Amino acid sequence: MAFEDQRTTVYKVDPAHPESDTLPTLRTEELLLNMGPQHPSTHGVLKVILELEGERLVKSTPVMGFLHRGVEKLAEEGTYHQFIPHTDRLDYVCAMYNNFAYCRAVEKLMNITVPERAEYLRTIVAEVQRIIGHQFWLGTQALDIGAMTVFFYCFRDREILLDWFDELCGARLTTSWYRIGGIERDFTPSLLEKLKKFLDYFPPKIDEYVIFLEKNRIWLARTKGVAVISAEDAVNFGLSGPTLRGSGVDYDLRKYEPYAAYPKCEFSVPIGKNGDTYDRYWIRVMELYESVKIIRQCLEQMREGPIMADVPSVTLPPKERVFTNLESMIQQFKLFSQGFDAPPGEIYCGTEAHKGELGFYIVSTGGGKPYRLKIRAPSFIHMGAFDHMSRGYMIADAVTIFGTYDIVMGECDR
Amino acid sequence: MTLQHLTNRIQENFSTGFIKAVEWRGDLAVLITRDKLHDVAQFLHDDPAMDFDYIVHVSSVDWPDDEDRFEVVYEFYSIKKRHRIRLKTRVPESDCVVDSLTDLWKGADFMEREVYDMMGIRFRNHPDLRRILMPDDYTEGYPLRKDFPLRGKGWRDTFEFLDETVR
Repeated sequence: MAFEDQRTTVYKVDPAHPESDTLPTLRTEELLLNMGPQHPSTHGVLKVILELEGERLVKSTPVMGFLHRGVEKLAEEGTYHQFIPHTDRLDYVCAMYNNFAYCRAVEKLMNITVPERAEYLRTIVAEVQRIIGHQFWLGTQALDIGAMTVFFYCFRDREILLDWFDELCGARLTTSWYRIGGIERDFTPSLLEKLKKFLDYFPPKIDEYVIFLEKNRIWLARTKGVAVISAEDAVNFGLSGPTLRGSGVDYDLRKYEPYAAYPKCEFSVPIGKNGDTYDRYWIRVMELYESVKIIRQCLEQMREGPIMADVPSVTLPPKERVFTNLESMIQQFKLFSQGFDAPPGEIYCGTEAHKGELGFYIVSTGGGKPYRLKIRAPSFIHMGAFDHMSRGYMIADAVTIFGTYDIVMGECDR
Repeated sequence: MTLQHLTNRIQENFSTGFIKAVEWRGDLAVLITRDKLHDVAQFLHDDPAMDFDYIVHVSSVDWPDDEDRFEVVYEFYSIKKRHRIRLKTRVPESDCVVDSLTDLWKGADFMEREVYDMMGIRFRNHPDLRRILMPDDYTEGYPLRKDFPLRGKGWRDTFEFLDETVR
């Protein structure tokens, strides 16, 4: 490579250049640049040491753990029920899906079947959470890249759903609405009405987001062909969710290992072609439409019924009975102070969260506490591919690549 | 391929390394000896009938009372064949080293680093075995071991805090 500067002096960089002997020598060296830990686009506290050659990334080394709180260690000290609020704090943008994934894992360990209505309600809320997650992603990714307007529109609609969560469980972000064996409380008529209203309101708004971006030249230039990963590499790195599907791999646990009410709903899984950031963006937008479709079908198919599995040794009694019935109160007290007796064994249960496969690996030796609980956090595993995906791109693309994973450090560092 | 077929195929090919297979709640867990870990993993990755192309997680369990104290757990999935397997191996505390599988699944890089960080198990031939979640200069040991207290070993009590109440 011959290097030409503005004064049209050609320097010798590459000895293989035909005029190498006659050119003056230019001193080159790699530049190390710390990005983070307090960079606004790192979505939390993440540091990446970038090795630069000019403005190109040669190598990047993520330094993580700034938000490590030892959640896996904490899990070993509490009962299974007590761990549910901790899961909220993993991916604090989408707490519902963490609750869901954890409860499913414990249900698999305890071999509990959740009643049908609870499955539908769980699916609806999980899909609402997916919409929130993708809105959050779209807004912040566009903001990071330089398209600010979308951010306001996304967050305007996200507020509606967060208020809906507030009415559902009393919290906007740290929800803890799922329970082992079911859910905490049923929808009220007002919640149902608001959700139906939102479903009519929302699809035109998705089109609105897209209008802002589809002809935005900055957006296109900064997403198309950036952070490309081949299907083979994406699978090899263990990527999941839209990050993997952007490369054209049809891997979605909702279809592969159907759970909750997903097998009863008709929906398609959008697949990308080029494996670049633009395809991943497009998949997330399409998933917004699919989520609306799934919620609609669930609302239609849902019938009245119990919302909690009837396994008194494991599942909590209904709250209103706790205050009026002695047995229920004893049951509640015992479950929270001692926990339930889990059979010895080990399970892994993966759930398709909006970021990717969120899995819990639980080892039980009997008794009320998990012996070991390992969280398979998609953000953490996606960061493993950061170096591979960033090589050769410009320094400004590092921001795009963080964003393309939809990274949340609470989940990444646990 | 059913879980029984998977077990049989591993058993046929690795009669010496195979210890036992447990099927519970629809999950298949195969325990193998440490020296055969890389060979079995290679077989799972390359064999067309197995075709485990996707690494799900790498984990570790501490059993302080056992002779082989640590258990390293790999979980693989085949996107094409849609089956799942958990590969486990045991290592003693005095020599807790296993072969790294980063040459087969590149995603194992960070996951193995996390296991090293949290449980102190070293991976032979790993390209960059450093702490990943704990600070680089952390000297209190490995937090997820069972003999590590929940509140830590006193390091965090040495932090200097600004006393905001004194002005």
